Amino acid sequence: MTATLETEGGNLLEVRGLTKIFGTLKACDNIDLTVGRGEIHALLGENGAGKSTLVKMLFGSLEPNAGEIRWNGQVEQISSPGAARKLGIGMVFQHFSLFDALTAAENIALSLDDDTPIATIAAKAKALSYSYGLPLDPYSLVGDLSVGERQRIEIIRCLLQTPQLIILDEPTSVLTPQEADRLFETLERLRSEGKSILYISHRLEEVKRLCDRATVLRHGKVVGHCDPRKETASSLARMMVGNEVQAVVRDPVQGMDKAAALLEVRNLSRTPATPFSIPLRNINLSARAGEVIGIAGVAGNGQGEFFEAVSGEVQQQDAANVRIRGKDAGRLTISGRRLLGAAFVPEERLGHGAAPRMRLSENLLLSRHATDRKAFLGTAGTVQTRAIATAAQRIIEIMDVRKSGPDPEAAALSGGNLQKFIIGRELDRRPAVMVVNQPTWGVDAGAAARIRQALIELARSGSAVVVISQDLDELFEISDSIAVMHNGELSKPLPIAEATFEKVGLLMGGAEPGHVEPVAELA
Amino acid sequence: MRIELVKRPQQSALFSALSPFIALGLTLIAGAIMFSLLGKNPAEALYYYFIDPLTGLWDENNRWQLHELAVKAAPLILIAVGLSVCFLSNNWNIGAEGQFTIGAIVGSILPVMYPDLQSWIVLPLMLLMGMIGGAAYASVPAYLKARFNTNEILTSLMLVYVAQLFLDWLVRGPWRNPGGMNFPETRNFHEYAILPEILPASGRAHWGFAFALIAAVAAWFMLSRTLRGFEVKVLGQSPRAGRFAGFSASKMVFFAFIVSGALAGLAGISEVSGAIGQLRPTISPGYGFAAIIVAFLGRLNPLGIVAAGLVLALSYLGGEAAQISIGVSDKVVRAFQGMILFFVLACDTLIHYRVRFVGTPAVKAAEVSQNV
Repeated sequence: MTATLETEGGNLLEVRGLTKIFGTLKACDNIDLTVGRGEIHALLGENGAGKSTLVKMLFGSLEPNAGEIRWNGQVEQISSPGAARKLGIGMVFQHFSLFDALTAAENIALSLDDDTPIATIAAKAKALSYSYGLPLDPYSLVGDLSVGERQRIEIIRCLLQTPQLIILDEPTSVLTPQEADRLFETLERLRSEGKSILYISHRLEEVKRLCDRATVLRHGKVVGHCDPRKETASSLARMMVGNEVQAVVRDPVQGMDKAAALLEVRNLSRTPATPFSIPLRNINLSARAGEVIGIAGVAGNGQGEFFEAVSGEVQQQDAANVRIRGKDAGRLTISGRRLLGAAFVPEERLGHGAAPRMRLSENLLLSRHATDRKAFLGTAGTVQTRAIATAAQRIIEIMDVRKSGPDPEAAALSGGNLQKFIIGRELDRRPAVMVVNQPTWGVDAGAAARIRQALIELARSGSAVVVISQDLDELFEISDSIAVMHNGELSKPLPIAEATFEKVGLLMGGAEPGHVEPVAELA
Repeated sequence: MRIELVKRPQQSALFSALSPFIALGLTLIAGAIMFSLLGKNPAEALYYYFIDPLTGLWDENNRWQLHELAVKAAPLILIAVGLSVCFLSNNWNIGAEGQFTIGAIVGSILPVMYPDLQSWIVLPLMLLMGMIGGAAYASVPAYLKARFNTNEILTSLMLVYVAQLFLDWLVRGPWRNPGGMNFPETRNFHEYAILPEILPASGRAHWGFAFALIAAVAAWFMLSRTLRGFEVKVLGQSPRAGRFAGFSASKMVFFAFIVSGALAGLAGISEVSGAIGQLRPTISPGYGFAAIIVAFLGRLNPLGIVAAGLVLALSYLGGEAAQISIGVSDKVVRAFQGMILFFVLACDTLIHYRVRFVGTPAVKAAEVSQNV
């Protein structure tokens, strides 16, 4: 299958039979991949398909169990990232490895092996960044930079080592649509200079737009090579997912404006808790019975801080800052807010929403010991294990949680199944208010559809649901209105009928939150 | 080439259960090597160290040795049970020795300063005051951690030396026995201030051992059956999940330190009023530190700690026996305790992690994995 797709001038990178085994899991199983000179090659696959494992082997941070890597026709052992850089492979990671307290130039200097003075590096970085249309002030502190700017540091750091192959791991997952466009221009420019790019993504539209060839992975195996321009988004999705994903059904609702507001946030401000967290600035939001409100925004614009404040993990100055079912809740703890009928699902599953080394039944008690005290606790605070196990089993069945063993530890479940359990744990209470941060982050398509449908059904049964997400497709799919968080401020919600990707994208980029009308004119 | 520890995807349940026994076995082997390097017959030395103190099990004439074992085990178990609550909640109280000392001092106020108060109420008050003293002393590092985020390992450890020097000053100065010929000791406790023996006919084990067993069972119930125990474990394992659950981390700091301080204080006053009968410059052969070993050897499970406490108590008795019978230094006791802790922690680490040598070429790694 690969032989027909060879490009002229020989291949820069050829991978044959590469395999990586973790315990009993074959994360990569007999992978073949070729990248030609001057091409942008997409590596497509769902979360957990083995993309990251594959590129970590190419970059020398993981050792393969079997298989060979040919670079310019030569078999190479890439034993460390340093060795990969020497060969001419550069990588921009999905999660940046930058020190917040250092400047951009200092961060770049850290990754270079020689003792080049900072001033030289800064000058080079500045020149390079402007020539590629990625303006960057090398003396700015990383902690002060936006996520897009931080990514530029990573890219410049990579380019300074004049690599022939650049690996980009989900580069647009943290960017606004406008920032992503600028990145694409840079990548096309690099291609025209003869550099090769291995582009990892699960966003089909951008792969179709940008990439010359694609290799699709599923469950650690290559399921196909193709020319993405000749495929449709849905044919690519079928290759990635394997079967058609059930679409989420969302009936329009009527008479919403008359329904009671179940969650009200009034003039919520919060000073940053650490030098690198975002302050919240005068946030107002009202969620009525029966509606799903989506909160869009690029990561790190205050969503985490907002969630902490609304959930009561951090309390407010004024009790009226947060009202739940008409009662002031600003001075209540998270347990107090739960007792008023609210439920919360944080972004991090392991270590925040669930304790990794505890069993599912124990993790059920984690968020419900206050609200279900009568059912789950006996006299003197003894834990009623049988009642809890029964409830956990009920949630597991309703949400179709797949697991090994009757009551496994949370860390033993896959991300999607654990998330289904965590969402089901809260839905099982039939909460009047539900606030969810990143409900389907890193969750496979089937589980994501199940979770989204459950959230819509909860709203339709008369609850108010607030969904914070960076996935615009998801928000457009489930929300009745979408507000955008940027730099700690929240825009007015746009009704779904008026919202477009472009309007939301502009708001995500910081086009005057709270003033929706001028944006509409721009659009 | 460098050596890395790589987390194992799953731990062997069998080896987790066997770990304390493997550690004890390795300690015996290392001990045998140590004795032969000292020029002693290792078989004979280990007999005197680990078997001779247990002859009371079958020989009625040596039954007193079992009582001695209980006397040594009581403070170790009491302290270690408290420490298990601390360690499980991720609070590293290293200062139990100091809380033990302050518990002993505060508990001794009545018999030393008011020797004329002679009534049955004295002993219960002494025990209560000992617990309060230990708890109050433990709440100092707890407050510093909750309020200023100081490292409790350092503060609790430093307070040990403060407590020991305070005791030293007391028994040489204001509390010295007026009729004691200038020896650095307090007056002997009167009969109402003595913690009685359980079976006076066969040996001198006092009620402190019963307290230790009761504390172990109570702590086991609290940790495994109640919401409070759940809170301890959640906050210890994942603090953010604990905060999400609505548990307060700073209240837990106080709870853990106060429980362990109170138990260490109870151990202190029990030791003084049960085994010694007066305050002296030194009232503990390092029980507060040895209890850290007991807590880990017992896998932070209060019932396991009872068994581990008896093992460590044996190492104290064996040290004395070996000193008398084969003439080795009493430093051997410390060496043995150090080896036990080392091997326990090493076994646990190797159960959770495997050792990996980095820098070998990929092909070799592939061959190795195929051979395995």
